[in-house]
Amino acid sequence: MTELHEHLFRREAGRLVATLTRIFGVEHLALAEDVVQDAFCRALEVWPFRGVPDNPSAWLMATAKHRALDVLRRERTARTLAPELARVLEPDEPLFTEESIRDDQLRMMLSCCHPRLSEAAQVALMLHVLCGFSVDEVAGAFVSTHAGVEKRLTRAKHVLAESRQLFEIADGADFAARLPAVHRALYLLFNEGYHGASPEVAVRAELCREALRLTGLLLEHRVGATPATYALAALMCLDAARLPARLDAAGHLNMLAGQDRARWDPDLMAEGQRLLERSASGPELTEYHLEAAIAAVHGSAPRLEDTNWAQIVSLYEALLALRPSPVVALNRAIAIAQRDGPERGLEEIAAIADRDRLGRYPFYHAALGELELRRGRGAPARGHFAAALALARNPMERQFLEQRMEACDVAPVAVERMG
Amino acid sequence: MSEFVYLYRSTNEASRAAMGSPEQLQKSMQTWMAWMKQLADQGHIKNPGHPLERTGKLVKGKQRTITDGPYAESKDVIGGYTLIEAKDLAEAVELSKGCPILEGGGLVEVRPVLPMSM
Repeated sequence: MTELHEHLFRREAGRLVATLTRIFGVEHLALAEDVVQDAFCRALEVWPFRGVPDNPSAWLMATAKHRALDVLRRERTARTLAPELARVLEPDEPLFTEESIRDDQLRMMLSCCHPRLSEAAQVALMLHVLCGFSVDEVAGAFVSTHAGVEKRLTRAKHVLAESRQLFEIADGADFAARLPAVHRALYLLFNEGYHGASPEVAVRAELCREALRLTGLLLEHRVGATPATYALAALMCLDAARLPARLDAAGHLNMLAGQDRARWDPDLMAEGQRLLERSASGPELTEYHLEAAIAAVHGSAPRLEDTNWAQIVSLYEALLALRPSPVVALNRAIAIAQRDGPERGLEEIAAIADRDRLGRYPFYHAALGELELRRGRGAPARGHFAAALALARNPMERQFLEQRMEACDVAPVAVERMG
Repeated sequence: MSEFVYLYRSTNEASRAAMGSPEQLQKSMQTWMAWMKQLADQGHIKNPGHPLERTGKLVKGKQRTITDGPYAESKDVIGGYTLIEAKDLAEAVELSKGCPILEGGGLVEVRPVLPMSM
């Protein structure tokens, strides 16, 4: 009997909805979603008796197709659908190819990154439509309410439907123009998993995995496989390689300095290095190149003290020039502290121009705490950790910061960037 | 050993609502298959049986009146059946308690097969 592949239905949901939406037209997204739901119901009725079919994807696609034909014959919507539709859906038409399903997912991915949608809405829409996350699961991932996510998705689907058709990937120029927005949304999706607020370890790992999968789809396409896409994929692999050490099975958060490097995933690390090399093929230097390079420097250090901090400082300086942000400036200051000592790090933090914007960021206060602790000033360090604790977003962060407060009463410890 | 039939009954709405997200479906499917496998490994499955379409026809009375399913008058529809071997009704009932349909508000009807003595 065929084994049930892990996350089969989640993956198939995205593939089926993308393909059926291309056929029905984007204004019939809800119909595509209904038909897929029906096919899944049917699977649950049949597979327990018959076992998993040899080709579950083909089984689900054929079932969804038959169901769509039933709906078309019965409902008036048939009249508003394209005339060639019935032919496409005829039972004896060949099943969709892997290539066409991949292209359908790309069309949907690019459609989700519609300029009229906020970045947060783009990410939520991708998770829901392309990754098979229910409204509740999206809400869980973003630590948001069911009602809030539902409202955001309804509005996003409305914008999608108004665009009349899915994004056309045949036009290379349009595709290339939309690509930066797609990179950004995938980057945010990944970071929601890596740095995000969800206390569920499994949920966060899934967000990282989905971001990697979707980025992989871009890499399979002629226009999508740009140096920036390779760099983004490299960054995701190199960061994801550290995820098992960053969050242990009990959900405890470990910053880079405290991570057991033996638990880093060597395969993902190697894949990230390979992708980073591929990304260096053009004149374009993106923030993803720089962030991936930083992750690669960390990844190549067997122990924390082997880290090439000078290289990390210069990469952060390049990143700051490309995309100025107080968080990047903070990370640069922390790297300088590792290179030149905690006093220099504190000076650099004090010199961050828009430092006030970091006030709500728990790891700004935690960084101040670490540096004070390292120069042996336990009392102010404790105060900074307390400020960080007040801003903590989930139990993992709270527990981590409580431990750091306790450490203020013991011995100084090394410190590094949030990662 | 005696034979029993499990009739899996649920409403269309309940079965759809119980399915939830793709990830929840994955879990339901795993539970179903694990339950079936466990019964099979213990030698309780005489025949895994068949799933049934949720719609069909009703043929009724001397007039042979034919009406469409789903059957408005019955709250639940039989979605499939399995032929089970068990020591007695008590054991067959006990074994049915692991059926995942129960999690989704459905029910299992356990009916002894009438022995056909020659």
